[in-house]
Amino acid sequence: MRAADLGATVALPTNVIEACDVVRSFGETPALRGASLAVARGEIVAIMGPSGSGKSTLLHCLAGIYRPDSGEIWFDGKRIDGWDEDSRTRLRRSAFGFVFQFGQLVPELSAADNVALPLLLNQVKRKDAYVRAFSWLARLGLEGLEGRRSGELSGGQAQRVAIARALVTRPKVVFADEPTGSLDSLTGEQVMDLLVDSARAEGTTVVLVTHDARVAAYADREAMVRDGVVVTHQKVWAGA
Amino acid sequence: MSVPVTLLGLLERQPSHGYELKREYDAYFGRGKPLPFGQVYATLSRLVRDNKVEPGEVEPGDGPDRKRYAITEAGRAEVEAWLDEPVDSEPYLQTVLFAKVVLSIMLGRPATRYLDAQRAAHLQRMRELGELRRKGSVVDALLADHAMFHLEADIRWMDLTEARLSSLADVVNQ
Repeated sequence: MRAADLGATVALPTNVIEACDVVRSFGETPALRGASLAVARGEIVAIMGPSGSGKSTLLHCLAGIYRPDSGEIWFDGKRIDGWDEDSRTRLRRSAFGFVFQFGQLVPELSAADNVALPLLLNQVKRKDAYVRAFSWLARLGLEGLEGRRSGELSGGQAQRVAIARALVTRPKVVFADEPTGSLDSLTGEQVMDLLVDSARAEGTTVVLVTHDARVAAYADREAMVRDGVVVTHQKVWAGA
Repeated sequence: MSVPVTLLGLLERQPSHGYELKREYDAYFGRGKPLPFGQVYATLSRLVRDNKVEPGEVEPGDGPDRKRYAITEAGRAEVEAWLDEPVDSEPYLQTVLFAKVVLSIMLGRPATRYLDAQRAAHLQRMRELGELRRKGSVVDALLADHAMFHLEADIRWMDLTEARLSSLADVVNQ
């Protein structure tokens, strides 16, 4: 049951994305066994859990990359888990941004090309796309590095390019999978500061997967995934 | 670490003599710092006075005190409340965290529930420190970083402990 179905008498935040009782297996191996998670508009949520618990699979299902075997995925009031690949690809390009552990920039392209790419794929005029790309690169402290390819950037700089690329389309949700996993502590902190500050300034929802408590502490709340289900933490002590 | 509530936890597992309590306490919680006999019996006296423990009849045998102590309902309630309430998120908590995990297992309670609650409390404190780091001076940031790294170490320990709970249960319950 979706959180919104609980009834109008309960005051609930407006959820922008939601997984309801999602099951997903890879061959005979179950990754999600009925995972549910609702994320409110503008909220930053950290998905945590042991290796193999299903946290990345949950993120990929929420983002429409994987289709669940059963269960529902809702985005902005629309059920999307039954959409075909083309429709989900269009949704990802227009409404979602992605930041992965190793940036995953296109190595043959410059920083500006990488950031402009999602705009060009969304039919934004070339000139406008590059103006916005340069603006985002400057906003993330990368002025002067627009022409560099990913191999000519440090890890932290490449992740900042990836953040610019994720936010340049003004997505409703950014999905980040271990966004600082390849960075040292200080650089990781700078990257998270930029990601969170930019997302908050834009009102963008962020769903991030991390095993790093310092990264999770940037989120408004954490969701623990254990054995393929989201374990809702409830205060159990007296007076809660 | 709270000696009274730890002894109460051991008594909830089973009624015990003072000597046995000391031996169990030293085995699990007193590494490098055994509990003096005097402190065991003084603590038991206070627990009896507070109706958290009741002494049995004196049993024949050697030794200074052959009473078998048993936990009362009030004592059980104190153990329950102590286990359920996360400790304040401050550095250097490892002995308390460890004691709560071991006693949860001994008493057949879900240690993961305690670990989840404590992890959430630590993360909340880390959020507060993160705000201090971002909005405060460099000195504030460095002090916040110091506390955050210790809390992070605790959380990493909790994650690892969770992965080892079944092995720990095998040892504790053997």
